[in-house]
Amino acid sequence: MSELKDKSTVQSGQGLGTADKSKEIVVRRKNPLKKHIKLNWQLYAMMAIPLIYYVVFRYIPMAGNIIAFRRYRAGSSVFGDEWSGLKYFQQFIKQASFHRVFKNTLWLNVSYLLFRFPLTLSFALLLNELRNIRWKKFVQTVSYLPHFISVVLVAGMIRELVSASGPINNLIQSLGSEHILFLSESKWFTTIFVTSGLWQSLGWGTILYLAAMANINPNLYEAAEVDGAGHFRRVLHVTIPSIMPTIVTLLILDFGSLVGSGASFEKVYLIYNPMIYEKADIISTFVFRMGLGSGNYSYATAIGLFEGVINLILLSIANFTAKKVVGNGLW
Amino acid sequence: MKNITDKELLEKSELHQKAAESRESARRYQEKFIGKTMVPELQADGQKLKTAKDLVIRRSNKKESKGYRAFTVFNNVLMLLISAATLYPFLYLVAQSFSSEAAIIQKKVSIIPVGFNITTYISVLSKGDFLGYYKNTIIYAFLGTVLSLIFTACLAYPLSKPLKANKFLTPFVIFTMYFGGGLIPNYVWITRLGLKGSMWGFILPMLIGTFYVLLMKSFFANTPKELEEAGELDGLSKIGIFIRIVLPLSKPIVATMTLFYAVLYWNHWFNAFLYLRKPQWPVAYYLKTIITGASSAEPGEVTAEKMQIASNVKSCAMVLMVLPIICVYPIVQRYYVQGMMLGGVKE
Repeated sequence: MSELKDKSTVQSGQGLGTADKSKEIVVRRKNPLKKHIKLNWQLYAMMAIPLIYYVVFRYIPMAGNIIAFRRYRAGSSVFGDEWSGLKYFQQFIKQASFHRVFKNTLWLNVSYLLFRFPLTLSFALLLNELRNIRWKKFVQTVSYLPHFISVVLVAGMIRELVSASGPINNLIQSLGSEHILFLSESKWFTTIFVTSGLWQSLGWGTILYLAAMANINPNLYEAAEVDGAGHFRRVLHVTIPSIMPTIVTLLILDFGSLVGSGASFEKVYLIYNPMIYEKADIISTFVFRMGLGSGNYSYATAIGLFEGVINLILLSIANFTAKKVVGNGLW
Repeated sequence: MKNITDKELLEKSELHQKAAESRESARRYQEKFIGKTMVPELQADGQKLKTAKDLVIRRSNKKESKGYRAFTVFNNVLMLLISAATLYPFLYLVAQSFSSEAAIIQKKVSIIPVGFNITTYISVLSKGDFLGYYKNTIIYAFLGTVLSLIFTACLAYPLSKPLKANKFLTPFVIFTMYFGGGLIPNYVWITRLGLKGSMWGFILPMLIGTFYVLLMKSFFANTPKELEEAGELDGLSKIGIFIRIVLPLSKPIVATMTLFYAVLYWNHWFNAFLYLRKPQWPVAYYLKTIITGASSAEPGEVTAEKMQIASNVKSCAMVLMVLPIICVYPIVQRYYVQGMMLGGVKE
């Protein structure tokens, strides 16, 4: 019954689809540009304000990166006063604290990826095995929830949970150990960073996988069954190969953002403190302190630009690779 | 004339939806069924199962493998644990917010409030400024969401059309996702525009999210062309087609976008930190000041809030902030996922 309906709508949809082909030919004739604009000026008008917005709020600040090469003083033009060459770049390249934040950024990103990637994939596969639809929906709903919570709240929760009187220390003490000041000892920072990240993103990260799984043709499973494949073999030989393009794309793109620190800025900023800078300070927090904290605008911009350019290069490489390998990239 | 076409359109879209629904249920049914029938040895001779009756008989004959049953148990327990671990921090906050300070210090609170009271809530809510911040958040979230939706749609729709300029405009928009002015150039520029100290300093920098533009664009690109052409034949202008035909068909993506933007504005604190003065703060930034306490390395304002604040007060403020999201979220979650999938289907 339902299949019948399905087919009929698909057919009618196709029938209508052929109608538009004949029309496109008519438009061509003298001065195509004029005609094009006359025909579509309303669409261009619709875009006008948003495009101006992109110029004003995206491209002008982008051009503002020029102050990495020009000296900026409070009150001077947003594009700086006079050229200073690569002075600021030379300064931070030599600085030990820059090396530290670069290393920390890379380390935190790698550790996070190492856990997040396999766990998200396994979680998606396990979710897909739940047969009770309502139960599955419930688990999904619950696990997506932390994605919609403000970073401020996440930071607040972290602080409450690991505080000296919080439940984690409570547990440690009831097991007979001394309480731990998690946010004052740098060795705990990676753990806190990764765990809270997983808490927030594990569920949401499964969406693309689940979408890919939903698109697997059920006939494949049937065929595998016919061939005598049990449950686990079907996962291994049908599910995983079918979602392989998604897996590879996501993985490659993750590699492309390994040096990025912008996404973690807020969380790190809200939970770190000078006692744990050694492990917790990342590029973006460093830029923030150097720039808005100490007023070295040009210096901070130089570091930010350095990171931005590296990211762009890595992402381009990743995108290129993804396109080569699975034929699907970001752009 | 137009009334008729509108009705037709509506019917058509409903039909589409129904078809999609029935497809979905068919798929689910199939999935369920396949999941429960394990009949490998029967197929050894290449024999195919044809009728449902056949299947039912086979299923009752064949039991699921032991390993699989053990796995199912393990999987369900694991899912239960994951759900519990996800919910625990929320429950802990709620328990703390209803507990007395003394009980918290003595570490008696885990997920059940100890020394139950609502005085914390009363004192937080009656301290005039909290409600003020809450009101600010509501204003920013509402105004921001409306404006964001309008401009995102106005950009996404033309981008989804085969316009000549799009060859250049699409990369122009997308590029900003991967490269941009860093923190400092943005700060300098926004300040120079005179937006510091005004609510526009909070809203404008995040008015249009490029990712959302792309989601919407790919949704619009999948709108059946023939419907738009029917509108054209009826003499509708391009904008008319967009408003009268495309938008009514785009409810799922509009719903999704509304939620994304509303959550974005509701949760945002950093622009408030950079550009807003105290009475203008949204609740997220107020929370930040009470959570981080006397935090290090902060430029500018030193506020009275920067002292130790009792855990139950913090928890209470956090619960109040997250409450609207928790209440609305389960109802609208469907749209999030749907919209992500609808928009996410590339090409």
